Amino acid sequence: MFKQHKVLETNVFFLAVGILLMVIVGGLVEIVPLFSISSTIEKVDGIRPYSPLELAGRNIYIREGCYLCHSQMIRPFKDEVERYGHYSLAAESKYDHPFQWGSKRNGPDLARVGGKYTNDWHVRHLVNPRDVVPESIMPGYPHLKRPLDYSTIAADLKTLRVVGVPYTDDDIANAKADVEEQVRSDSSDAAIAKRYPKARMGAADGNPKVVSELDALVAYLQVLGTMVDFTAVNPESIRR
Amino acid sequence: MNAATAAPGGMAEASPYCDDVVKKFVLATVFWGIVGFMMGDLIAWQLAFPVLNFNLEWTTFGRLRPVHTNAVIFAFGGNALMGTSIYVVQRTCRARLFGGNVLGNALFWGWNAIIVMAATSYVLGGTQGREYAEPEWWLDLLITVAWVAYLIAFAGTIMKRKEPHIYVANWFYLAFILTIAMLHIGNNLAVPVIVFGGSPWWKSYSLYSGVQDAMTQWWYGHNAVGFFLTAGFLGMMYYFVPKRAERPIYSYRLSIVHFWALIFLYIWAGPHHLHYTALPDWAQTLGMTFSIMLWMPSWGGMINGLMTLSGAWDKLRTDPVLRFMVTSVAFYGMSTFEGPMMSIKAVNSLSHYTDWGIGHVHSGSLGWVAFVTFGAMYFLVPKLWGRKEVYSMKLVGVHFWIATVGVLLYITAMWISGIMQGLMWRAYDNLGFLQYSFIETVEAMHPYYVLRATGGVLFLTGGLVMAYNFWRTIRGDVSASSREGVSVAAAG
Repeated sequence: MFKQHKVLETNVFFLAVGILLMVIVGGLVEIVPLFSISSTIEKVDGIRPYSPLELAGRNIYIREGCYLCHSQMIRPFKDEVERYGHYSLAAESKYDHPFQWGSKRNGPDLARVGGKYTNDWHVRHLVNPRDVVPESIMPGYPHLKRPLDYSTIAADLKTLRVVGVPYTDDDIANAKADVEEQVRSDSSDAAIAKRYPKARMGAADGNPKVVSELDALVAYLQVLGTMVDFTAVNPESIRR
Repeated sequence: MNAATAAPGGMAEASPYCDDVVKKFVLATVFWGIVGFMMGDLIAWQLAFPVLNFNLEWTTFGRLRPVHTNAVIFAFGGNALMGTSIYVVQRTCRARLFGGNVLGNALFWGWNAIIVMAATSYVLGGTQGREYAEPEWWLDLLITVAWVAYLIAFAGTIMKRKEPHIYVANWFYLAFILTIAMLHIGNNLAVPVIVFGGSPWWKSYSLYSGVQDAMTQWWYGHNAVGFFLTAGFLGMMYYFVPKRAERPIYSYRLSIVHFWALIFLYIWAGPHHLHYTALPDWAQTLGMTFSIMLWMPSWGGMINGLMTLSGAWDKLRTDPVLRFMVTSVAFYGMSTFEGPMMSIKAVNSLSHYTDWGIGHVHSGSLGWVAFVTFGAMYFLVPKLWGRKEVYSMKLVGVHFWIATVGVLLYITAMWISGIMQGLMWRAYDNLGFLQYSFIETVEAMHPYYVLRATGGVLFLTGGLVMAYNFWRTIRGDVSASSREGVSVAAAG
């Protein structure tokens, strides 16, 4: 065996091919089946693409690096389920490009933070966390009070459709109007509420005239983990 | 430089190799090391005292943390790997760098320009939101071009070698270059919004989503550790440890076995970052199993490195440069034991999401990666600038001890805070309620965050001592103690 090794260590081409063969196997075995095995993503009702405002908020979440301190992945342990809610399903992040499961909890998990606090609490917390949680070590984000740039939000929806998020032509044509309507309307009959069920309506920062970055980020946080109605889910159906 | 400080024969001038470009990489390594340690320490203090986020969007933890990780991995580590690999491949092949100074310089300036652009983009909010793969699509394209240039220079030099055999250090460097190329491309496939006229122009959306995206990202993320921070630096170890110890590598057969086993097994280990998540169990189990197996080839490398000192152990008492290298291999052994242990699902259920992971990464990155780099730099600077030794061996000893105390403070603080927070999260009171609110567990971390940041100050101070030592060495100075010839003996 050691004598044959001479072939590899005297020819850089053979050595390179040998290395590539070795390092390609693990990834192929672990990644490719995740696209083909149908049980990888549970079949549950309620998961929908993000509304344009929520999507803009999600992009702010990514821009500010929130995922570096907050996970969005509740593990199936008694303490985590009691602290945060039902354990996370793969289906719940199936439209997340990229995923934001996180790897460190300097702050609490956010997978089901939606609906737990009021819009007003979120705004005060984001601007200065220590106003509402004196011991918090989170940075303040007063700059999020500025207006949101959503002039090209339809392009974001189109891009996401290319990578597999089922936005309809209708969703894309109305993207900009939907941003404004989600902030300005509080009617559950609004078109946006039909297109994006459970979207949190209203201006988080109390000013419906201007769509702010705070409005977008809070709309995103308020929908997190709320799309699936777990009272209607049969536990057997999500077991893999 | 004067006659007294020049090495015999003025070897720097007479070298047939491209060494000017190695010099640049060495200086950049020291520079980015200090920048990266400083950023790390700043964000460590931010976790202890949030007022240090300054309420400005550009200085929050979330924007600066990628600056820290990228500065230490790709700037400090990247320049160290490129510089040493170019130095090593030329000497072990007895061939001048393929592409010569032109390609070497293009690589140096290209790589470092990419780093500056990437760091600037994070501060301004441009990130893909994937750990250690934060550069957006346009930077990813530039990185790909630079990386191909690196591969051409490195493999090209091997092809024109005068030695029949390719030395073991080069196997590791080659595996590192090839695998990082595969991982970089596989993990960064994305569609930019600019295709549809979107803004900002740098924004893109990942091709994958959710569970597949998570698996792809940690396939990349864990092997950024496995190939950038391990295989590459093992290449460094395989050249500089035997050189400095003046002993041959302990076992040729062991190097063959552990090389192939290491690169084969490492790729599978990614899912241990996703234990108990929505990733299917079969993938988690594979990740855990291969992570545990990885313990063996890792220790194969450690044994080969440490046993190279057979018959030369006494040098540890007198040579602080060798002490850096040997300590690095010991830290490598320790963190490659800790890693497999933490990948066991039962252990991971406690350690995941806590500071234990941060401590583990730093025992590897500070104790192993940075220490072996320091050793290689102390070896290279006098060689490249034609000096007999560094300005002051005594200062090397000082650097060694403050850096070692710094690492130990760091990882001890993180062990305590990590395990403590993990236990607090799952603690129940005797009425059956969760005993602690989340914020109480954050409060409890405070003293350990202060301790960790203090360890960081020590490590940074060590880096500054090294920079001063190099500055004096390059100027051609010799310290009083070194001139008297007592420095080596007194350095302990």
